[in-house]
Amino acid sequence: MTTAIGRPLDRVDGHAKVTGAGRYSAEIALPGLAHAVLVTSRIPSGRVELIDTYDAERAEGVLAVLHHLNLPKGGSVPPLLPSLFGAAASGQTFFPMQDEVIHYAGQHLAMVVAETLDQAEHAARLVRITYQETASITTVEQGRERAYEAEKIFAGFIPGRITRGDAAAALDRAQVTVENSYYCAANHHNPIECSATTAVWEGDRLTLYDATQGPNATLHTVAELLNVMPSHIRVVTNYVGGSFGCKAMIWDHPALAALAARAVHRPVRLALSREQMFSSVGHREEQEQRLTLGADRDGRLTAIRHHKLSPTSHFDDWAEPSLGVASQMYACPNYEGVYNLIKANTMTPTFTRCPGEASGMFVMETAMDELAERLDLDPLELRLRNYAETEPMTGHPWSSKGLRDCYRRGAELARWSERDPRPGTVRDGNWLLGWGMASSGYPVTPPGNPQRARARIFADGSAVVQSSFSDIGTGSATAMTQVAADGLGVPLERMRIQYGDSDLPNTAAAVGSAGAGMVSAAVHIAATALRDQLIAQAVADEHSPLHGTDPRQVAVSDGRMALRDRPGTGETYAELLQRAFMADAEALGTWNPPGMDTPYGTMTFGAQFAQVAVDPDLGLCRVRQLIGVFDPGRVLNRKTAHSQLMGGMLWGMSHALLEGTIMGPDGRWANASLGEYLVPVNADAPDVVVETIETTDTVVNPLGVKGVGEVGMVGTAAAIANAIWHATGRRHHRLPITIESLM
Amino acid sequence: MRPVSYSRVTDVATAIATVAADPTSAYLAGGTTKIDMLRIYAEPSQRLVDINALPIDHIEVQPDGAVRIGGLARMNDVALAPVVVDRFPVLSEALLLGASAQLRNMASMGGNMLQRVRCSYFRDAEASCNKREPGTGCGALSGVNRGHAVLGTSPHCIATHPSDAAVALVALDAMIHVQNSAGHHAVAIDDFFLLPGDTPEREHPLNHGDLITAIEVPALPAARNSLYLKVRDRESYEFALASAACALTVEDGVIAEVRLALGGVATKPWRARKAEHVLRGAPATRETFARAAAAEMADAVPQPMNAFKIELAQRTMIRALETLTARGAAS
Repeated sequence: MTTAIGRPLDRVDGHAKVTGAGRYSAEIALPGLAHAVLVTSRIPSGRVELIDTYDAERAEGVLAVLHHLNLPKGGSVPPLLPSLFGAAASGQTFFPMQDEVIHYAGQHLAMVVAETLDQAEHAARLVRITYQETASITTVEQGRERAYEAEKIFAGFIPGRITRGDAAAALDRAQVTVENSYYCAANHHNPIECSATTAVWEGDRLTLYDATQGPNATLHTVAELLNVMPSHIRVVTNYVGGSFGCKAMIWDHPALAALAARAVHRPVRLALSREQMFSSVGHREEQEQRLTLGADRDGRLTAIRHHKLSPTSHFDDWAEPSLGVASQMYACPNYEGVYNLIKANTMTPTFTRCPGEASGMFVMETAMDELAERLDLDPLELRLRNYAETEPMTGHPWSSKGLRDCYRRGAELARWSERDPRPGTVRDGNWLLGWGMASSGYPVTPPGNPQRARARIFADGSAVVQSSFSDIGTGSATAMTQVAADGLGVPLERMRIQYGDSDLPNTAAAVGSAGAGMVSAAVHIAATALRDQLIAQAVADEHSPLHGTDPRQVAVSDGRMALRDRPGTGETYAELLQRAFMADAEALGTWNPPGMDTPYGTMTFGAQFAQVAVDPDLGLCRVRQLIGVFDPGRVLNRKTAHSQLMGGMLWGMSHALLEGTIMGPDGRWANASLGEYLVPVNADAPDVVVETIETTDTVVNPLGVKGVGEVGMVGTAAAIANAIWHATGRRHHRLPITIESLM
Repeated sequence: MRPVSYSRVTDVATAIATVAADPTSAYLAGGTTKIDMLRIYAEPSQRLVDINALPIDHIEVQPDGAVRIGGLARMNDVALAPVVVDRFPVLSEALLLGASAQLRNMASMGGNMLQRVRCSYFRDAEASCNKREPGTGCGALSGVNRGHAVLGTSPHCIATHPSDAAVALVALDAMIHVQNSAGHHAVAIDDFFLLPGDTPEREHPLNHGDLITAIEVPALPAARNSLYLKVRDRESYEFALASAACALTVEDGVIAEVRLALGGVATKPWRARKAEHVLRGAPATRETFARAAAAEMADAVPQPMNAFKIELAQRTMIRALETLTARGAAS
């Protein structure tokens, strides 16, 4: 029985956010609050020869200047483990200010704590560091000769080489091959809220107000870094102003805030500056990919060879898994995927919205378009000929797959059949028009630990559901309110969701598009457990109209339990509780997720279509329309899900045309500001059409939620690049596609 | 942020006297650049004198058809003033294509003329920059220089002048009116902006305490057929990679009057006199436009990342001239 789930409910936190009443982690007002500002390395490689803090320490309002010579040492750095596992989740296995060695530009070298933010910023400028610089490698180009094949990547979860069949032999025999190299610039997340932590010690107990995707990830990571008992730490995340992966792993700043607070015996706020966001919380690494497709003359893929080369840090073998979804999209018997890495003077790269899926599918879907051109086949028809009826790597069935419907509906909306396949044939004044398409897909990955929620109802019939997850701006708190209301059978306005606090029942971090699926499972189980408990109590209560009835025949709606076939027989939760002199009742719900070895392929699929206008004289490309149709399983809230998908598609457009962090010859990011790192503005936004094909999925989680957080971005860049080819006849293999490459 | 002191003045004489008396002081108008510069330590002022209350924000039509724009007139107010929209569409467009609506509501016209370059080496207080700290070298020469200039550069500085409005005003031969404790004078706008040469730190002929009280745009009937074409990476809120301010009249297929200036490619708002020379009196054809554009860019000096600007600037000029020619023919 569903009344609330799926409805386009307005955000439960919307009013607090737009009125400013909602307090973000850098806005927590506390008596005696002091402010910490980081001092970062100018050079990418070398050592601190001298750190002169004389002037800084004497500047007005300064309470402490901390650095490698005086920072109290903490515990140990936990291993790199994705925060979806629910344990400590360090963003890199390096903790700063422990010695004088400099591994990358922007590395945190010192921290100034002062009475006010302005005083701390000013004093930070007065810290003088003398460097001894050594040679560095910061780009693919500089490190190409030193590349090595990774044994494992992605915190050890993905092998560096993945094969099925014999790709080399199949490519030799292929009737048609398409082979190209592709380049994607580095990207940064740039959420509107910069990362921030406010730390408060009360004796040996620590409270952290932290902008994080996972309060428990912060808790466990800081516990290990500082060697503090997890039971003595509480992490509160009231609001998060976007993240896109930069708050998915836990970097050093929450622990540094706690160390600073301990040093000055006061609450301390540590907020990263926008510039520091480019070298403190990871990035999507610059990467080169080489893809070879082999096919027969009918367009059936016979072989895929997909190699990636990218820089990682000195400490960790990290590459975003660019080969993943691209290897699962099409039926193809022979496959070879290899991750090559370069040890470079950068921090460890990290999850950035669609980590790997966006870049890998740009490459795969651009190549598929070229293959279609070579074979004189419609690009959509080529994809249908290679439709993967089972998961190609394992042969397992899909838990659900609505891709065929996505293609059909997308093509209908885009009027694809009316498209003249020849490039460069449609003109509108100075603009050449083109239409392109691409497949989309994002894996559904279960969390590594049980997910919990607690449901509590009061004697007046109002209820609260509690779970520790943080809402990073996606609308998950709103969707969970809907799930909780339906599960318990109470009206939405009587249900409150409490979240964003590690003291609440445990969940993993809201990452990998998994948040809605895993938290809704726990919330649903808690709410229905409480419902069943109250029904059982009514059935056992001789004063209840339901006494002695079959509990399976009792349904709850609007807070009232009643027999399914005799709705007149029943009573409200409130009546039951009040009669029993119970002020409240509660139940804990635990969802044990399926293991990674579940014998199903699990993915959210989609189809993307783009219409672009290109002015080839001036090198301008304007996206006129994006159409995306996705199969996300059950949709919990049409409005927030729609917004997630639309936001993803706009991210994809931005990936295609604007975003790129440029490494300067001095080994520093050269455009570390929102003035220089371009993201789209409203004037760039095209008409965006989003539709969902609802599929039933009984494998992934109890409500069949596959996730919408990222899939909207997958394939968008390729659809745009393919549309640019259709407009102009020119292929683009580098992202972003800029004016000079379009001229 | 470095500590600064702040005071507010309400009349021009006091404003000038206050700033002139203290070499560490500066005028604060819209503050849309100044405050940023202070925050990133690229600006040494220690005392801000707020001049927003001064009565120099009017837009007035002179008897001879000129328009006098107060130094404190806001970008949006100028852009939307009917007289500007009617008689100088190039200026209205240049203003509206600059910055964002919020910034245009704050930023003053005088401040726009004095805005600092966007070069990231200038804005990074610790980088080498001859403009910020003479003699330290130019980080952009060997650095990331895609957005830098190809015209008017020197071995000491290649920073692009960022203003759009100034490009239109250079095409329109505007005069900058300046007041100081000694009195009032006016400077032709093309002389107001200086090439970097050996002294990139000197961007204009103002002395400390000089105040821009007005910008006067002389009457120019040809400017009714004018436009500002701006080419940039995104559709709004971004500086030009190349732009053209252009006014044009064609009589019997021959170019009678033409004004052309370039933005986004030069170290100052760039009057394209070589192109104008080719254009004036020549047939209004694509061939003429291409020849004129090539002549203007003949001496351009590319940097490793911005050679495309030489071609882009030519195509921008050609497109602007073609558009105005077509418009003129249609009216």
